[in-house]
Amino acid sequence: MHGFANPARFLRLARWMTPLLLVSGLVLVAGALAWGLFYAPADRLMGETVRILYIHVPSAWLGMGGWTTIAIASLVELVWRHPLATIAARAAALPGAVFTAICLATGSIWGRPTWGTWWVWDGRLTSMLVLLFLYFAYLALASAAQKDGIGAGSRVTAIFGLVGAINVPIINRSVVWWNSLHQPASITMGKSAIDPAFLWPLLICALGFSLLFGGVVLARMRAILANFQAEARLRRRAMASEALASVEGATA
Amino acid sequence: MNEGLDHWPFVIAAYSIGIGGTLAMVVWSWLSMRRAEARRDAAKGRK
Repeated sequence: MHGFANPARFLRLARWMTPLLLVSGLVLVAGALAWGLFYAPADRLMGETVRILYIHVPSAWLGMGGWTTIAIASLVELVWRHPLATIAARAAALPGAVFTAICLATGSIWGRPTWGTWWVWDGRLTSMLVLLFLYFAYLALASAAQKDGIGAGSRVTAIFGLVGAINVPIINRSVVWWNSLHQPASITMGKSAIDPAFLWPLLICALGFSLLFGGVVLARMRAILANFQAEARLRRRAMASEALASVEGATA
Repeated sequence: MNEGLDHWPFVIAAYSIGIGGTLAMVVWSWLSMRRAEARRDAAKGRK
């Protein structure tokens, strides 16, 4: 694991993996969404609105998956002080926030024809909204800590990433702990209550969106790393020219 | 279940937000990565 955490080795791997993940993700998502939109049957109770499932459910999984990635990377950062873990946590925040926002928006749109309301303050919806606010706070903290590089500010961000992970099991168990308009989980480890006609396009969609998530995280990691390297080089060059100017000033 | 509503506008709105949001994120991430790597190469003195 430490071998892959070497920035040069990471860049060699990420250079070909980024386009591969993005292109294969786009192809899978396009195919699965077309399948869900045009070929999958309508549901007996929910009618055509069941098609929102193919966007809403993968977004919810990736919204929670994004914070799980932040928490794991933050733990690695705090324990092993590895700079790539810091970069990975920061890179996962934006796609996590985007998928959480998509989950909330599509869920609200789905709720109007199904429940008769755009929004209710129940456990599942509220804890998901809290996750979105946690992402906003994390992004703001990470941006503030950027000037600090991987110093104390970065450790505060990592601690926030770990503490915020408490919300992920709350989201997962919210439909069990509290009365909710939201249905209980239809897919659990190794079990599914969903008919295969809906399940297959859903699983392919989830795989496609996950590949896109991975591709975006790698692209953002490369961007953060390149910005660090560019700033370090510019700083070194500025210091060298300052030193040269002072030597020339002393000899003149 | 609200029987009186036409479901398709809701489905189309959800797909537009989902696809639009995802595509915008992918394109923006790719472009900002290319910009950052070009900046690093320029700082290296290659360009």
